This record gives sequence, C-alpha cells and structure tokens, in this order.
Amino acid sequence: MKSGRDGRLPLGWKLILIVLPFIAATIALGIGRMSISSGEVLDVLAARLSGGHAGSMLVEKTVMNLRLPRILLAILVGAGLSVSGCAFQSLFANPLATPDTLGVASGASFGAALGILLGFDLIGIQISALVMGGVAVTLTWLAGSGRDRGGLSYIVLSGIMMGSLFSALVSLVKYVADEESQLPAITYWLMGGLDKANYKTLALGAPVIIAGVLLFMLIRWRMNLLPLSDDEAKASGVDIRLLRGVTVVAATAITASCVSMCGQVGWVGLLIPHMCRMLFGNNHLAIVPASVSLGAVFMIIVDTMARSISAAEIPVSILTAIIGAPVFIYLMRRSGGWRI
Amino acid sequence: MTAKDRSAAILRIENGSFAYKGGPQILKDINVEVRAGEILAVLGPNGAGKTTLLRCMMDMLHWETGRSLLDGEDIRTMPANTLWRRMAYVPQARSAATSYTAFQTVLLGRSARIGAFSSPKDEDMEVAERVMKRLGIWELADKPCHAISGGELQMVLIARAMAAEPELLVLDEPESNLDFRNQLVVLDAMTSLAEEGVACVFNTHYPAHALQRADRSLLLTKGGMNIYGPTKFVVSEDDIRSIFGVNAIIGDFDAVGSTVQSVVPVSIVD
Repeated sequence: MKSGRDGRLPLGWKLILIVLPFIAATIALGIGRMSISSGEVLDVLAARLSGGHAGSMLVEKTVMNLRLPRILLAILVGAGLSVSGCAFQSLFANPLATPDTLGVASGASFGAALGILLGFDLIGIQISALVMGGVAVTLTWLAGSGRDRGGLSYIVLSGIMMGSLFSALVSLVKYVADEESQLPAITYWLMGGLDKANYKTLALGAPVIIAGVLLFMLIRWRMNLLPLSDDEAKASGVDIRLLRGVTVVAATAITASCVSMCGQVGWVGLLIPHMCRMLFGNNHLAIVPASVSLGAVFMIIVDTMARSISAAEIPVSILTAIIGAPVFIYLMRRSGGWRI
Repeated sequence: MTAKDRSAAILRIENGSFAYKGGPQILKDINVEVRAGEILAVLGPNGAGKTTLLRCMMDMLHWETGRSLLDGEDIRTMPANTLWRRMAYVPQARSAATSYTAFQTVLLGRSARIGAFSSPKDEDMEVAERVMKRLGIWELADKPCHAISGGELQMVLIARAMAAEPELLVLDEPESNLDFRNQLVVLDAMTSLAEEGVACVFNTHYPAHALQRADRSLLLTKGGMNIYGPTKFVVSEDDIRSIFGVNAIIGDFDAVGSTVQSVVPVSIVD
C-alpha cells in the first residue's frame, strides 16, 4: 500500500495506524507478573469508564493503578519523542537530528539530577527537569541566533555545545552526590524508565505532550516546507520564521516533558520517524500521524518487555538501544541512506 | 491572463542600491521595468551581483535605497501571502533537491493559498496537475525529486512556481548546469509562459540566451555600474567587451524558418 499522490495516507493504513496502539495497549495491560486475559482487561476498562466495577479488586487495581498509567505514559512518550524527532529532522534537513539536538534532554537530565541531589519529591524532580530543559533550549537559541547570517547551522552547533555543557553539569552533580543513596538514584533515573508513572506525574506532563502532538498533526502539511532552503521557504509566502519557531518550541516542550517523566529514552526519536519515511515517503501528511501511532506502539512493546522479561526491571533506554541500533543499521543498509 | 493592460509595468525597480555590510557598493541606481508578457535578462560576470539583485528585488535582502514595486505596490510592505501569490521564485536546481515526489513538490507552490491548519484541496491538485501537463512533465508526477535529472528538476521547480499562478516569475540561472537540449527545454518553457502574459526575470551567464529570449536586459559590472535597455541595444559587442572583458562576435545564423542570434567569445581583453 503506497501513499496517495499528494502524500496522504491511504484509508487502509489510516485504520491500521488508529487501531494498532489500542490493540498493543490492551495486550500489554494483560502482561505482567499477574497474567490477565484481554477480555478481562476490556471488561475492567469498560466498567471503569461507565463508573462501575468488574472482576476482582486485585485485577482492577493491577490494570487501573499499576499498568494503565504506565502504558499511557508509554503512549505519550513514544508518540511525543517520535514526532519531535521527525520535526527536528525536517527542520534541520538532517537525518541524524534527534529530539535532543538543541540540548533539551541534557538540560532536563541536569534538572532532574539536581532535583534528586536537593532531595525533591517526584513532582519536584519533574518540575526541575522541565525548567532546566527550557533553560538549555533558551540558552541554545540565544547563543545561536541573533545575527542575520548563519541561521540554523549556528543553532545546531550551539545546541551541541549546550548539550555537552549540561552533560558536564550532570557529571558534576553525580560527583558531589552522596554515593550511598543519591548517586544510584540519579544514575538509575538517567537510564530512563517508565516505572515512575502515576496519575500525578501524568497530570503534569501529559497536557504539554498532547498539545504539542496535536499541533504537529494540525500543521503537518505545512511542515513540508521545513526542509526547504531559506529563500525557497520565504518564497512559499508562509511566515517561515514563525513556522520554525513554533516547531522548535513544540518539539522541545514535548521532549522536556518526556524526559521529566521518564528520563532519557534514546533511539525512539530517530528510529520511528525513519521507519515511517521508509514506509510512506517524506510527506508530513503521512509521516506525522504514522510517527505518532508507531512511536506509541513501539514504546508500549519496549516498556512491556522492560518490565516483564526478568523479575527486575530493565532500564528502558538500554532496550531501545539494543533493539534500535541493529534495526536502524538494517534499515539504513536496505534503503541505501536517506534524504530529507 | 485576461484583459490585463499589457502596457502597465508589473515590476518596477526604482533607484535600487545595495551593499553588504562593510563591503563595496554592489548595486547602484538600478532602474528597471518589466511589463506583462515581457522577459528581462540579468547579465554580468561572477560576483557582479546578479543573485543579489534578484534577492533585493524580491525583498529577501532589503534595498539600501530605492524600492521594488509589484503592479505599483511596494513589495516590502506587501503581506507575504499576498505577494507570493503574484510573484514566484525558481531557485537554482542544485540547491533545491528535496525527496518529495515531483507532484508533491509542485503542490508546495500552492502554500500561500493553503491555510496553516489545512492541506491541499482538489482545486490545488487540479492546478498542480494542469501546470505539470502544461510543462510536459506529468509523467514525473510520482517520482521523488532526488531521482530525476537536473533538467527535469528544473522543470519541476518552474512548475512549482507556476502553481502559485503568478503574474511575475523570477528565475535564478534556470539553464545553468544543464545540457544543450535541457537548456532549450527550460528556455522554451519560460518563453511560452511569457507569451501567455507572465512577466519573467531571469539571471543568466549566457549573453546569447538574453539575445534570443529577452525583451530587455540589465547588464551589471563588478564595480556596481549597470547598463539597461532593450536587449538588441545593450547586448552588443562593445558592452560585452566592457562588462565581461571579452572580445566577442555577435552573429546571425540562418535556421529553418528563422534567424538565430548568437554570441561567440573570441579572446580575453588585455
């Protein structure tokens, strides 16, 4: 099934991409130390939606309080990081751009590490991560823009600088942290994990991600102008500075929110958009919704593996890298490289 | 174009001057006029400011003094999405390879007419299809732009510009880097669009192309001087010598049913 002539998804794919995350979520809700059938899961969800109860108390608690928030977080993080990666790759016309290109994830990691060092609670750590993510991007923007010339390549360069600056600050925090309690906490937090998910953290992080993803869905045709050269973009008659500004703000806000809830999860923002580009071409009419859907599905699968492969939880970024690197190399060799 | 007054200038540049910050004066006192259906060629040696002139003209760079007018209105103060429905830009093909298909690339030419939260409607797709058929490149529609030849890409970029349904078409060296045949394909396309009433401005390295295609020409020198007028007066052996520093012969060749003028460079002026 190929995309339509104008680049939009054919109906069949649209349906698949809408249904797939629901199927993945339903199956994942049943997987864990206590195995629950999909039928039971659906009964519980339906009952809760209509205000009633179904099944045993234990089953309901496991589905609603333990697994559902985590799977909602996986959906948000997968969709959010994929669509941000997709946006950054187009914005910088660079297939290797990731959600962290402007230093936002490093900044957010520093914020979280600092929060742990200062003994904040989970919500405090989350807010600290969000704030420092914003600080890092603002510094990147200030350092890289201004002068008329240079444009985006200056911003990418200062993003790389800012990223390494904040990585150094993370190391500094680790160095001064108490090695009995804080250092393991920081290290584990940085590895990324969705185990911290609960409805409180979701309430703080989800709105930004949902708003950002919706925005990208709405402007997805216009995002096709992002990879064009400056003069071409101006000649489209669209306010290209506004479009780029909105893209940067939305993508970094999404990324900072994701990092603030579950630490650094690598590879999703690189792997999923490229998979979508291989399947559907480069038109954003198709790859934005496809990234949202497949990103969510990928993250549900990886996180389910992370919590169920062994008795102890495996940090999710280790799994995304173990799956991501070989798949990425395979895709790259099969397609002979990419163009944006 | 309908009953448009063909004697009125679509584009006028008044007293345009420009220098890059801290650099010498590149453009001085440019005064140019292009009417509907006319072609203006911009000639000059490397570094004389041909591309700078186009960018100033389209307000991608700002004139230091002077202004450009589109149908009497200052381009600088026109809202972008009004301006770019009436004027369209064809960049050099080598700086513009994208990986969208040709049809999707042409559709991007409709951007100024499509809302931020919207996507192309049937009408936009019909225009894109019509323009591509008009330019004879419809069979490229589903090919990705990085997989077609330089000449084909240049035609796709012209189609993208024409999809905006502009009154003025600005082309930056449309025939450079192309083989003999494709140079003709591109120049013929431009000429036939002009015959339909579109005003065209193009940069070129080839005085012969100005002679064969352009109603008027603007010659730029390295020192910031310019010569402007009807092509047959300004593209002369004398002016080519003074501007390019090349002794050249302009001659007529008899072709089937017509005479073709050409310029043969002979030697470098000492």
